[in-house]
Amino acid sequence: MVGAACALYASRAGLRTVLVERGPVAGGTTGAGEGNLLVSDKEPGPELQLALLSLRLWRELAAEPGGFGAAVEYRAKGGLVVAAHPSDLDALSAFAGKQRSAGVETGLLAASQLADLEPHLAPGLAGGVHYPEDSQVMPALAAAHCVRQARRYGTELRTGTAVTSILRDPGGRVRGVRTDKGDIHAPAVVNAAGVRGGDLAALAGVRLPVRPRRGFVLVTEPLPPRVVRHKVYAADYVADVASDSAALQTSPVVEATDAGPVLIGASRERVGFDRTFSLSVTQVLAERAIALFPVLGRVSAIRAYLGFRPYLPDHLPAIGPDPRAPGLFHACGHEGAGIGLATGTGQLIAQALTGATPDLDLAPFRPDRFPASEEGAR
Amino acid sequence: MTSPTNRLAVVGAGPAGLAAALTAAHHNIAVTLIDSAPQPGGQFYRQPAAALGARRPQALHHAWRTWARLRDRLDAHVAAGRIRHLPGRHVWFVELLDRGFILRTLTADDEPEVFAADAVLLATGAYEKVLPFPGWTLPGVVTAGGAQAMLKGGLVLPGRMAVVAGSGPLLLPVATGLAAAGARLAALIEAADPRAYGRHARTLAAHPGKLAEAAGYAGRLLRHRVPVLTRHTVVAAHGTDRVEAVTVAALDADGRARPKTERRIACDTLAVGHGLLPHTDLAGALGCRTDPARVVVDAQQRTDVPGVWAAGEAAGVGGAALALAEGEIAGRSVVAHLTGERPRIRSTAATSRTALRKFAAALDAVHTPPAHWAEQVADDTLVCRCEDVTAGAVRHAVTELGAADLRTVKLLTRAGMGWCQGRVCGPGVAGVAGCPPETVRRPFARPVPLSVLARTPSPTEGRQE
Repeated sequence: MVGAACALYASRAGLRTVLVERGPVAGGTTGAGEGNLLVSDKEPGPELQLALLSLRLWRELAAEPGGFGAAVEYRAKGGLVVAAHPSDLDALSAFAGKQRSAGVETGLLAASQLADLEPHLAPGLAGGVHYPEDSQVMPALAAAHCVRQARRYGTELRTGTAVTSILRDPGGRVRGVRTDKGDIHAPAVVNAAGVRGGDLAALAGVRLPVRPRRGFVLVTEPLPPRVVRHKVYAADYVADVASDSAALQTSPVVEATDAGPVLIGASRERVGFDRTFSLSVTQVLAERAIALFPVLGRVSAIRAYLGFRPYLPDHLPAIGPDPRAPGLFHACGHEGAGIGLATGTGQLIAQALTGATPDLDLAPFRPDRFPASEEGAR
Repeated sequence: MTSPTNRLAVVGAGPAGLAAALTAAHHNIAVTLIDSAPQPGGQFYRQPAAALGARRPQALHHAWRTWARLRDRLDAHVAAGRIRHLPGRHVWFVELLDRGFILRTLTADDEPEVFAADAVLLATGAYEKVLPFPGWTLPGVVTAGGAQAMLKGGLVLPGRMAVVAGSGPLLLPVATGLAAAGARLAALIEAADPRAYGRHARTLAAHPGKLAEAAGYAGRLLRHRVPVLTRHTVVAAHGTDRVEAVTVAALDADGRARPKTERRIACDTLAVGHGLLPHTDLAGALGCRTDPARVVVDAQQRTDVPGVWAAGEAAGVGGAALALAEGEIAGRSVVAHLTGERPRIRSTAATSRTALRKFAAALDAVHTPPAHWAEQVADDTLVCRCEDVTAGAVRHAVTELGAADLRTVKLLTRAGMGWCQGRVCGPGVAGVAGCPPETVRRPFARPVPLSVLARTPSPTEGRQE
């Protein structure tokens, strides 16, 4: 998704762009995502600024003639964060207050108001916060249609093509990539390799500690529209997203899709690239989803899938030029927010490539902000 | 002596599962035989429900004597407490523990139960491969296996005008069965060229029984004056509320419908069969190596996950006789594993398995769907019924959105994301998209209510609280 958005904004900025993908379009984390475009889970800071920029760009893309919004199932459905206990609600309101000062639309909800937004929510919750800006796209379609648009602006797509090395001149400047299907010469290379972003950086001799964080998603049978209306999650989700723990964490995240099925997340585990299915993780997800929406108990799960979020130790992506390898740019490490943050990232990368003033200060996203060695990181 | 820990769970009570369960029980292993059907026998020995009062069900079955023997032995082991037969239960997940397994089941009413076992044999059988064509979703169009199941189980419908089409050894018994049940057979349409059998003459000649069986069917077709068209295919079914006619065409050497050979045949029933695909979901979720055609097993029918065996169609489609041989071999291997003794595989079972697998491979090579069947599928033809995805949408994903594999086609079109999870539409979608079939991992072998999934693992057997 991030690579597709980079290609789209770069080619729109007039750059001749080649999009290289080792698998198919949306073959990595994108195809295993839920398609969240969220501001609700982000505390004030550079990531929230990037999320706000990205949301604006998603809105603009969705409104373009040609039906892009409908094609990618763009829905500005809004998010609803609920708190089970009064103490959680206090913490949540304080968090929302800070977000409001940073420019996020928030609406504080008393317990009695929750049912107006979500009639099937469990009774007895303490209250919540409504985030009308939170939105959703179908991630694989979003990536595919960004690629399709990019190709209209001249981007050349090469799927099934793996980068095997990064070409550099004697002075160390990047001058293209070598792939299993030949060399591609270019004065700039953008690393949008997601969970494999660290491997690609290593080909250029620089360290970027992108690691996988596994997540499972449960998919239910199709439900009638409006059983679940928003993206609904419990307040502890935000804490889990920001956590550094390697152990399994689950926080219920429930949302409907255009096609009818409800998606249930979210688990986080640092277990490398282990693709073994875990029944116990899906058991916990089911349990917690039912606690939010008791009506889901009677609904069947028809499948479950897993994916790997590409995360960096400080939970911020790497965006922009890498001073250690002139000509190399990074656009990776977006963890579970890659779909949402893709448009802003693409725009910032296009600005960096063309020498335009970036919409946001890139300093917090500097790819060389991590210690040079693994030991230094501990 | 049987110790309570020496337990084998067999999933599926068709020929393979029965043979394995009987072999293990004979050697004093406590067996739990779990099956989705109300009665044992699987698809092959499918029995009419007792309430229908069929007078001579054996008239529809060959190998009836083999079945009667299996059933009597099963009854004896059940009575002696060596086999616990649990019909009407779908296994939705098999959990691999540090020691042993937990099988999670649902009844037709979604009542959950759990069963523990030290070893698991997957004899989950096969289901029919469905390929789309214009009109395939009309009422009256059924799969060949579906027609046969109706014949064996429900004892159907005289007076119908039927066409049987597709390719493979199932078409003959379906056609003769329909004719015997009183339907009129308008035509039997077989895509294969019978001359292709010449290339496998030696393999086929090694099975005189099978040839006699085929000749018997052919003779009955002649008696019923059924027109047989080989190297032909159904290119479309027509009708509004129900199928009224089909258009068939001759195939050229490349497997394309030859222009100007189309003809229309009136019918109100169309049974189409293109062979079978194995049920591999449970094996896949356990982490066993699978490919689109089978769960991969060794000479003892062991999968690459210790404690898990596979036999019958699940380990590669080959018919009931092969399933019986594989089930027996698997059963003996399980006995050896659980008792610590050396496996005693009967050489007759092993020889018969080798020969039957060769025979199945020869049939498979002759009976393939026409190579270019997907060209007949019009853009407005549905390929995925659960999600209402047309062939045109699949082609758009390939040509416009850059999909080149089945997974991406699914992500971009939702084909295969619905209730059937691609079990029915997978081959059709792959063919229309022009990508190879893929092994799809499905963690749940059937949909499971979230309230059932949410319950924490129960260490004790029986009904989940």
